[in-house]
Amino acid sequence: MNDDAANERARPVVLAVEELCKSYGELRAVDHVSFSVHNREVVGLLGPNGAGKTTTINMVLGVLAPSSGGIRIAGVDLARERSRALARTNFAAVYATLPGNLTVAQNLRIFGLIYGVRALGRRVETLLHEFDLEGLRNTKCGVLSSGEQTRVALAKAMLNEPQLLLLDEPTASLDPSAAQLARARIRELATRGDCGILWTSHNMYEVQEVCDRVLFLSRGRILLAGDPKSLPREHGAGTLEELFINLAREPLSEAPAR
Amino acid sequence: MRLKPIAGIVLRQFYLMRGSPVRVLPMFAWVAIDIIVWGFMTRYLNSVSSGGINFVASLLGAVLLWDFFTRIMQGVTVGFLEDVWSRNFLNLFATPLAISEYLTGLVATSIATSLIGLVVMLVLATTVFGLSFFALGVMLIPFLLVLFLFGIALGILASAMVLRLGPASEWMVWPLPALLSPFAGVFYPLTTLPAWMQAVAHLLPPSYVFQDMRAIVTGQPYQLQGLWWGLALAVLELLLCAQLFVRVHRYAVRTGLLARYTAESIG
Repeated sequence: MNDDAANERARPVVLAVEELCKSYGELRAVDHVSFSVHNREVVGLLGPNGAGKTTTINMVLGVLAPSSGGIRIAGVDLARERSRALARTNFAAVYATLPGNLTVAQNLRIFGLIYGVRALGRRVETLLHEFDLEGLRNTKCGVLSSGEQTRVALAKAMLNEPQLLLLDEPTASLDPSAAQLARARIRELATRGDCGILWTSHNMYEVQEVCDRVLFLSRGRILLAGDPKSLPREHGAGTLEELFINLAREPLSEAPAR
Repeated sequence: MRLKPIAGIVLRQFYLMRGSPVRVLPMFAWVAIDIIVWGFMTRYLNSVSSGGINFVASLLGAVLLWDFFTRIMQGVTVGFLEDVWSRNFLNLFATPLAISEYLTGLVATSIATSLIGLVVMLVLATTVFGLSFFALGVMLIPFLLVLFLFGIALGILASAMVLRLGPASEWMVWPLPALLSPFAGVFYPLTTLPAWMQAVAHLLPPSYVFQDMRAIVTGQPYQLQGLWWGLALAVLELLLCAQLFVRVHRYAVRTGLLARYTAESIG
């Protein structure tokens, strides 16, 4: 184990997922998935459509009950102490935009109250400044551009200074320039902040740029895990995208061992 | 239960109303129209009836109380539907917000909005049509309390229906008060109803309110025991409806209904 890996392991675990399963009748959407996210670490959850990424994220967010297995957020059992566990997390997803009939500042104030944020007025002002939203504070979220909505979603996700941040394709609807700025901001959060990030994306370039570690999910199982920069070479692929395609098309029985 | 998350739910509804006259108008417009229509109707009935019955007190008073109940129910339901319409479930339920805090927030909003409607109705009915509502005396308090509790219960039941059956089931929710009104004996004694309808009426808390209200305005003795029974029923039904909502929410979390709740995916 090198020094970087040792340091990473020494950081506290902010998300521990153990033997997580979700079945819909005969269909196993998530099948005995186990992984962890450490403080100041960005972990990419990759996989083709229908692999179980969003299902996994929904279970971590407490809006979908697992069939079996456990989730601990910053050491708190989600099943037993839902409110305490979710107070330590937050999320942004392209499919969960904030209510469009409220302004940016109103949405931040409301969710700040729901998350029980202290000194809320000051926190909202800080986030409006940090995410370059001061000029849009009184604009209704429904009329914002995709890039602006993503910034608002990220500001909302940082309201409670979460120990665990879940980002489900946060840059999916952004142009390359806006996506690059969003990535830099998120990377900065992980570096200087006190949180771990679980990130899903279909953009392998983005994953290589941002993630410290990736997990390849296919048909509900983790097929592969490791450093996105060295994984392709280790598995005989030229790029992460090539490795992704190989894995996505491979039958489960032939997939490489974790 | 924590106050901050409840305040968040109330603040959301306040912002929506403050920024939208079309949300504020229905709080008093429809009840005002109801009072005006029934006010003139009772005036006309008073002028053609020979029995000396005061229809203003019995009919207009009943309309006012029924509209109060309807506004309470709709206050809870509309608050919930605002989250359906803006696809806000994932944002809301992936937070530390407890179901009891969410429902309490909706109830607090409903109290504020229905009180506005009640004041408008009282002012109109008293000043324009001479309804002496306070002639009901101290009994007005338990009457309003029973209708308030049952309105909350029905609002939570309606919200549970929409959560379970999908956004399209919204059309089934609006006529719920109208569906109950024939059984509740809003305008006539329960003895007018056939036996099976009377049996249903006895399970509805408002039927005890309207029975006693008619007795008071016609100067007949009223049965306090019946009103107590109505109050107990309202509390019981409120608890049952809240429990039903919690169960539906659990079902939605277990089956994935909540995570993919949109108009397109269900209903």
